[in-house]
Amino acid sequence: MELFTYERAHNPEAAVIAGAPSRAKFLGGGTNLVDLMREGIERPSALVDVTGLSQTIVETAEGGLLIGAAASNAAVAEHRLVRNRYPALSRAILAGASAQIRNMATVGGNILQRTRCRYFYDVNGARCNKRDPGQGCDAIGGFNRYHAVLGTSSHCIATHPSDMCIPLVAFDAIVHLAANGGSRSIKLAELHRDPGDTPQIETALDPGELITAIELPPLALARRSAYRKVRDRASYAFALISVAAALHVDDNRVTDVRLALGGVAHKPWRALIAERALVGQPATYDTFLAAARAELRAAQTQRDNAFKPELAARTIAAVLRTLAEEQA
Amino acid sequence: MPIIINGHDVAAPADPRVSLLDLLRERLDLTGTKKGCNQGACGACTVLIDGQRKLSCLSLAVQCDGHDITTIEAISEVDSLHPLQAAFIETDGFQCGYCTPGQIMSGIALRGEMQRGAPSHVTPRLEDVPEASNEEIRERMSGNICRCGANNGIIEAISSYVRGTL
Repeated sequence: MELFTYERAHNPEAAVIAGAPSRAKFLGGGTNLVDLMREGIERPSALVDVTGLSQTIVETAEGGLLIGAAASNAAVAEHRLVRNRYPALSRAILAGASAQIRNMATVGGNILQRTRCRYFYDVNGARCNKRDPGQGCDAIGGFNRYHAVLGTSSHCIATHPSDMCIPLVAFDAIVHLAANGGSRSIKLAELHRDPGDTPQIETALDPGELITAIELPPLALARRSAYRKVRDRASYAFALISVAAALHVDDNRVTDVRLALGGVAHKPWRALIAERALVGQPATYDTFLAAARAELRAAQTQRDNAFKPELAARTIAAVLRTLAEEQA
Repeated sequence: MPIIINGHDVAAPADPRVSLLDLLRERLDLTGTKKGCNQGACGACTVLIDGQRKLSCLSLAVQCDGHDITTIEAISEVDSLHPLQAAFIETDGFQCGYCTPGQIMSGIALRGEMQRGAPSHVTPRLEDVPEASNEEIRERMSGNICRCGANNGIIEAISSYVRGTL
């Protein structure tokens, strides 16, 4: 690991000043960044520890929730208001990583964690456009069971590995950002990007910009929400595909629905095509499956992940059926 | 501020690259905490930081300044056993023993998590108080790998510890 300076930030203003140099990085729980530094993939010259910034989870005036970026994943999953009002968020966090890692990992760090693509990690043995732009992508044509099928490019087929972000994009979460020049807020759905021909650029953040909080808008629908994760072993594994869903059914028709997918794209994938296809339709399994398949129609599969579109479609339909039955 | 390790003040290392795990093992001779994968996958290095189970391999020692660390060396008095240690012996919860300190630190924290009602992935309803079923214990211990395959004994030991039926 290369030498770096370490500094603890005591407020967001000090953090963004300390984090302004181009090779500075903000440090949360370290569960991803410290590992990447050990692998020689991340080489920051300075670490600005932001775990002492806001960890609070409070109700907003509008009836939503404001979650400090330094809150641990475990604290969010366990919080009474999250469990009651946004159960899919609790479920998604609990489906990810291990108890130890959930205790360490922060909300901000979870959002900004990097792909677990094996070729991205293989510094000496594989080409990766994300790690070394222009080098090529050995995941394409390689072992790509875990790779993306939506929004991919010929430069990168890596996935974003977060579970937590999937319900967050489904629920229209807002990300609060601070920078040396001031603060702003953007939708989480607009923070991560498709790889295009610049897969090394993963977010819409400006250099030195810090996530200070996420805000969940009030969403009555989210009280009936679910998260289902399909993976190769029952615990402590990344998703092959995952689904966050919330559904409201009235008189056997879908009146409102939120859907997002994990494990299928370079970003948390909001399934807007399926959502639009469902509103006003009969709340039946066949309708759910047809809408889900419409979402996956644009999928481009690789050698080892041709199963993903149909698995994702069926999982969406199964989750929606369960949510509909609970309202019958 | 110092790092408080098993009740003793320890100065944070000058080199920020030193992990908490290496500080414990290489500089303080607290070798009970084990280095398995050194990348957060195996749980052998689990310690308590401010009472929460965390991975010392992915914790920079400088980050622990001002925080309270408990390692396997401090869970019982010399020549006595913590109840969970006794349970591991009772149930044959180990073979080679390398993962055991991490398993035990994890199991101690697990009981606290269950007692305060924290749900897990397999808890049927998020609003319920989780039961100490084998399924719950297995899920909650998935961050600690045992390559010998002593898992049945490990789960049995922790289940009985959580249920208080030792």
